[in-house]
Amino acid sequence: MSRKGADIVIETLIEEGVEYIFGLPGGAIMEVYDALYRVGGIKHILARHEQGAGHMAEGYAKATGKVGVAMVTSGPGATNLVTPIADAYMDSVPTVFITGQVPLHLIGNDAFQEVDIIGITRPITKHSFLVKRVEDLPYVIRQAFHIARTGRPGPVVIDLPKDITQQLSDVSIPSKEEAISSLIGYKPHLTGNPQQIKKAVKLITEAKKPVLYVGGGAVNAEAQDELLELAELMRIPVTTTTQGKGAFPEDHPLSLRMLGMHGTYYANMAVYNCDLLIAVGARFDDRVTGKVEEFAPNAKIIHIDIDPASISKNIIVDVPIVGDVKIVLNKILEEIKKKGAKILHEREREEWLEQINKWKKMYPLTYKNSDKVIKPQYVIEQIYEVTRGEAILSAGVGQHQMWTAMFYKFSFPRQFINSGGLGTMGFGLPAGIGAKVGRPDIPVFVVDGDGSFMMTMQEVVTAVHYKIPVKVAIINNGYLGMVRQWQELFYEKRYSEVDLSIQPDFVKLAEACGAVGFRAEKPSEVREILEEAMRIEDRPVIMDFHVDREENVFPMVPAGKSYKDMILEDGKSPDVETMYLVG
Amino acid sequence: MSEFTVIETRKLREVRKGATRKHIINVTVRNEFGVLARIATLIAGKGYNIESLSVGETHEKGISRMTIEIIGDDIVIDQVVKQLRKLIDTIKVRDLTDIPHVERELVLIKVHTPTARARDEVLRITEIFRGKVVDVSQETYTVEVTGDEDKIRAIVELLKPFGIKEMARTGKIAMKRELGWEENPQD
Ligand SMILES: Cc1ncc(C[n+]2csc(CCOP(=O)(O)OP(=O)(O)O)c2C)c(N)n1
Repeated sequence: MSRKGADIVIETLIEEGVEYIFGLPGGAIMEVYDALYRVGGIKHILARHEQGAGHMAEGYAKATGKVGVAMVTSGPGATNLVTPIADAYMDSVPTVFITGQVPLHLIGNDAFQEVDIIGITRPITKHSFLVKRVEDLPYVIRQAFHIARTGRPGPVVIDLPKDITQQLSDVSIPSKEEAISSLIGYKPHLTGNPQQIKKAVKLITEAKKPVLYVGGGAVNAEAQDELLELAELMRIPVTTTTQGKGAFPEDHPLSLRMLGMHGTYYANMAVYNCDLLIAVGARFDDRVTGKVEEFAPNAKIIHIDIDPASISKNIIVDVPIVGDVKIVLNKILEEIKKKGAKILHEREREEWLEQINKWKKMYPLTYKNSDKVIKPQYVIEQIYEVTRGEAILSAGVGQHQMWTAMFYKFSFPRQFINSGGLGTMGFGLPAGIGAKVGRPDIPVFVVDGDGSFMMTMQEVVTAVHYKIPVKVAIINNGYLGMVRQWQELFYEKRYSEVDLSIQPDFVKLAEACGAVGFRAEKPSEVREILEEAMRIEDRPVIMDFHVDREENVFPMVPAGKSYKDMILEDGKSPDVETMYLVG
Repeated sequence: MSEFTVIETRKLREVRKGATRKHIINVTVRNEFGVLARIATLIAGKGYNIESLSVGETHEKGISRMTIEIIGDDIVIDQVVKQLRKLIDTIKVRDLTDIPHVERELVLIKVHTPTARARDEVLRITEIFRGKVVDVSQETYTVEVTGDEDKIRAIVELLKPFGIKEMARTGKIAMKRELGWEENPQD
């Protein structure tokens, strides 16, 4: 049956199982919006800014594991998507970004609202397509989804010239297999080399002081069960990155919580002293390793990752295993069971766990609470309590993000949605909205900074429009807090351009948008507001928590330094004698 | 503080650095829109210059082959190769630097030859290098030579004193030798 290219777009998206599109229309993409209106079958969330739409698609994808889709017009619509595309690239988020484009014959003419979005996003996409023939549409769209969700996931851009969406064609929608058959050079390696798996098992059984270091790749592969089994079977403590959070429950006795710049003392000490580091779907980011020379200096390293280019990029590893994390962990478990492999050094392994428990007791995550001023950490702890640890949390970027990572214990995958690789302020609110759209069954809290919130706060209106009951907790310190902290610690308190004390009245702002607004200025008000917020189910709530302005995030390993340079609360260094194990 | 004395007793993780040298990389690609730009973007993104690049179709429809020359650290180039493999449109990527291979480049050199003596000399040099004179004017000879890097460098050096007016090179193409250990008499 002959129909417009735009109709083919919608038909193929439906075939791909798309339920939601986040977007904002304009001239070049109007045909597709018209088809969406006529054909139906997909719900659309009209964001108030394309950046918001992009982060919503990311939040949706991160919360559900499905491909997130955003759709915008050409020119400024497309450039407004650049930040979310970069963000999705850095955090390997399966996303498809559809951009309108000027008609083919005008491309390259500096036509109205023309930008070369394919060129602009080339270094920050997994792949991109400019569609040049209407018959190619269903193939390209299917290929885009295949590429976005398989292998190491990532963003794919589809640029749609307006005339292609207007032309008629009777092309039928190909099967997935048929559509991707021409991608002859793209075959993600899944299974892991059996030789390497044997070597890994040998190292695991021989190690005296092993640690599992788990990143977002474990979440993407849904390897939580295998991870838990391996950790428990072989008695291996587990630390996760911001993106790996929830892949291993943080209330488990073997959990070391997060490592790296704002990791726990005990996670960093365990990594520093371990003799075997098993990296699972993690990429040795500089915020994790600090000074590379002193990262796990005495350890052998096993690195399991779907992306061969991630392996031995920042750190040379001893046993690289390219493959899907879930499949590889399963093979390791099989090999252990088949061989009846046992921990060789039982006694040392138990001593190692005891040592870690000592570290846990010595420097647990703490803060000094107050009954006069609200401590940001207290707010996070209270959110943990009122949600019984069962909410999805999304965050902006800054101190509040790190406090969320530290003081909320995450227990299931996809529970903590935040911008790790790019560190995008303004991510929290739209990503939280996307997450709630994808997981309406779970309460979603957005923990935002006052600075971060102001970067995408127009999306409150989107949440009101669609009755999306996200609960936004603004940790309001009247500063670009994380920058202020660095200025305090490393620039002798020269607070250059970080004061945000001139700010809107967030309660009135919430009300003006049709949301509910609360404010707390005393610790005693925090709990009540949170409980009230939990009861509101028909619209977003904005909670303005006026917190201690100059509270700092500790522990902290200053950038480029080693774990030994860690600063604990109140700027204290840890007792050096306790940091290292002999031998 | 005793802090650093403790550290010094510990081994540091070795940060491997490779040698910096010229690499020659073959890339087979699907001849899709933007594939060259993608490859160039990737290499530029690592902060490297492409020394030479040649692209052409293969015997298979829709499949092209590129030969890329880059100077860089072995370890970073290894990264570049892995990332090139990751591109959706690349089919095969191979660093030939340490594999026995044949390299060829074609060069056109327009030489100033106003006198009979200059013409004789240039012709003689060209013959020695098994080249050809492909264009002649009263003032110039245009010489075509094919060969590997050393050969081309040698003839360019020899022709320079006459005055080179223009020069164009195709960039290298390369192919793995099937019998890697055998010296090729044609070289
Ligand atoms: C878009 C963007 N611009 C600038 C930065 C640099 N930056 C990192 S944290 C931070 C301060 C964040 O302030 P706020 O959102 O109020 O959070 P707080 O640190 O106070 O909790 C800034 C400016 C960034 N990460 N993202």
